[in-house]
Amino acid sequence: MIEWANTIIQGILTGGLYAMFATGLAIIFGVMRLVNITHGDLIVLAAFIAMVVIETTGFNPFLSLIIVLPIMFIIGYFLQRGILNYTLGDDLLPPLLVTFGLSIVIQNVLLEVFSADSQRLKAGAIETSSIQLTDGLSIGIFPLITLLTAVTMIILLQQLFNRTRLGRAFRATSDDPTTAQLMGINHKHIFGLAMGLALGLVAIAGVLMAVRSNFDPSIGPAKLLYAFEAVIIGGLGSLWGTLIGGIILGVAQNIGAKIDPGWQILAGHIAFLIILVFRPNGLFPRTRDD
Amino acid sequence: MSDKIQNKLTSLPVGRRKFLTYSGGLAAAAAASTLPAPAVNAASKVKIGFVSPQTGPLAPFGEADKFVLADAREALKNGIKIGNKTYQVEIISKDSQSNPNRAAEVTSQLILKDKVNIMIGSSTGDTVNPVSDQCELNEMPCVTSDTPWQIVYFGRGATPKKGFKWTYHFFWGIDDMVGNFINMWNTIDSNKKLGSLIANDSDGVVAGNPKMGFRPPMTGAGYNYIQPPIFNPGSNDFTAQISQFKKEGIEILTGLSVPPDFATFWTQAAQQGLTKQLKAATFAKALLFPPAIEALGDRGVGLTSEVWWSPSHPFKSGLTGKSAKQVTDAYTTKTGKQWTQPLGFKHANIEIAIDVLKRCGDPGDPNAILNAIENTNYNSIVGPISWKFGDRRNPVKNACRTPLVGGQWKKGKKFKYDLVIVNNKLSPEIPLGGDLDPLG
Repeated sequence: MIEWANTIIQGILTGGLYAMFATGLAIIFGVMRLVNITHGDLIVLAAFIAMVVIETTGFNPFLSLIIVLPIMFIIGYFLQRGILNYTLGDDLLPPLLVTFGLSIVIQNVLLEVFSADSQRLKAGAIETSSIQLTDGLSIGIFPLITLLTAVTMIILLQQLFNRTRLGRAFRATSDDPTTAQLMGINHKHIFGLAMGLALGLVAIAGVLMAVRSNFDPSIGPAKLLYAFEAVIIGGLGSLWGTLIGGIILGVAQNIGAKIDPGWQILAGHIAFLIILVFRPNGLFPRTRDD
Repeated sequence: MSDKIQNKLTSLPVGRRKFLTYSGGLAAAAAASTLPAPAVNAASKVKIGFVSPQTGPLAPFGEADKFVLADAREALKNGIKIGNKTYQVEIISKDSQSNPNRAAEVTSQLILKDKVNIMIGSSTGDTVNPVSDQCELNEMPCVTSDTPWQIVYFGRGATPKKGFKWTYHFFWGIDDMVGNFINMWNTIDSNKKLGSLIANDSDGVVAGNPKMGFRPPMTGAGYNYIQPPIFNPGSNDFTAQISQFKKEGIEILTGLSVPPDFATFWTQAAQQGLTKQLKAATFAKALLFPPAIEALGDRGVGLTSEVWWSPSHPFKSGLTGKSAKQVTDAYTTKTGKQWTQPLGFKHANIEIAIDVLKRCGDPGDPNAILNAIENTNYNSIVGPISWKFGDRRNPVKNACRTPLVGGQWKKGKKFKYDLVIVNNKLSPEIPLGGDLDPLG
């Protein structure tokens, strides 16, 4: 019994990490209808930027976000305005191809600059400390922080989208860019801001990932897959759905692993497929393509 | 005759105009390729094809390539003597991108387009196996290293009796590795309960196999071997395995995976309280490279692993005359990085190819080169190499064992962590650097 509780609790914690990866992706898709294949590599890029910041300033990883977050925001804004805005249109293919190309470019630039060495950000004792609930059940402090960060992030984003002028502009541009322009909204600028915001989230995800596990220039695409699944399970456009999606993925994987470790990753994918079969739009879809 | 060709051409699914442009282009390309023929030098040049993973997930194995190649090219700049003729040596290096298909593709390019005289390839079954397969197919003499020989030999479908004609390999075997692990564990007090965490990749499938993997020898040595089913690389959670290991009360951890998976596991093992019951953690493949240990920080101290080569190996290069220590020092001076184990094997791979070429008589004749490979008896920077020792060192026709010892990561002086040799029972010629400290 306690073992199953442990399996599910650890799964929820892992789900926090997946949700973390996925929120940025959800925003990019939600606002711009852009499928961002580079997402995983941007997470890794953020991790490397954090590494450089930490090496030069001696900050701890959490503090390094003060610098990494604005850098990623700026990269995002100019990435959108300089490249991705030109790919948007009725056809879904150009942004796919361009972000796919960018993914390869980022991977190879990182490889050239930082070599293939596997890296990790060190956060000290917090990495391995845990709260022991009972004999067979302890919760790692760091995974808990990850989950709580994901939840906080989503609450703040909900507020931003629902309560602020900027959020309204995001939603308006997402619904109908042409009409939004008639209302005096510069949709290109709004798209830039949305990408900047998404990459800000990527910065947080990147730093947390880099403390939790090793990273090297080639691991980006693997991160992308879970982020995609979390977004789709949750339903496109729904931020809470993304969190639930991440958690479902994490729990499914852990239950699979409990039955047989070889089933771990497969179980996640199966959960994803089952949800696609019964709810093709995900659990809590906000946007529909009709 | 010409009518026939004409007919065939007109029946091509290409318009007449298009065909003309294409064929014009082809003719131009053909002309261009014949133009810069260096007729004078071509005759006195030998080419070595070198395939290794320089980018992608296996890139740490190829990290020393640039240094090794530069070093070898420097040593070979005056050419080598074959028979009584001097040849310039060209080493053409290609990146496998950690992808077996790509490895096969570049190998066939090297053989068919660059027309190399001998192929060498190294680092993991995902490189060595496709390279060797291509060479066998194209009747190209080939020497490979840096993958347990069982993976190259049995992994490509050979049987103990029937081996390969064109492809030879030197490295240690999985049995040597398991032997070293057991020797290390035998020196510490434990309850002999052994937990094994193995990844589902080309190496893990062999290591996790209940008949030919870790289980039989480790059980045979008196250990209670507990292996959960093999896991998929890239897993983010190891709760299931950790719970099982805790429940069984293991005191020794072993297994095989790439470094990132081990790092994720090791962090969770600490969070969920498995680490404190362990006396030893000996992991294959994950703990070979200094950056992997640095990524773990002080939690990496005390971990044990196989050591194929180190600065204290008492061998020297037959090509440059430098000792293992001199080579690693030069590497550190030039790159600012700590030595890594593939360094020695990459160098050995090249020096053996050179030795073979020197003895072959006629580099234009693949059979002469093959004959020279078969009769190799050479002292390389990783130890003596021959495929005709006739003892334990040649378990099968195409494989030559190199010495393997056990090492432990300890706090270092010059670099943060050093890999210290703590057990040499299987290869006493390699000097010990210290004692094995239990974990904790």
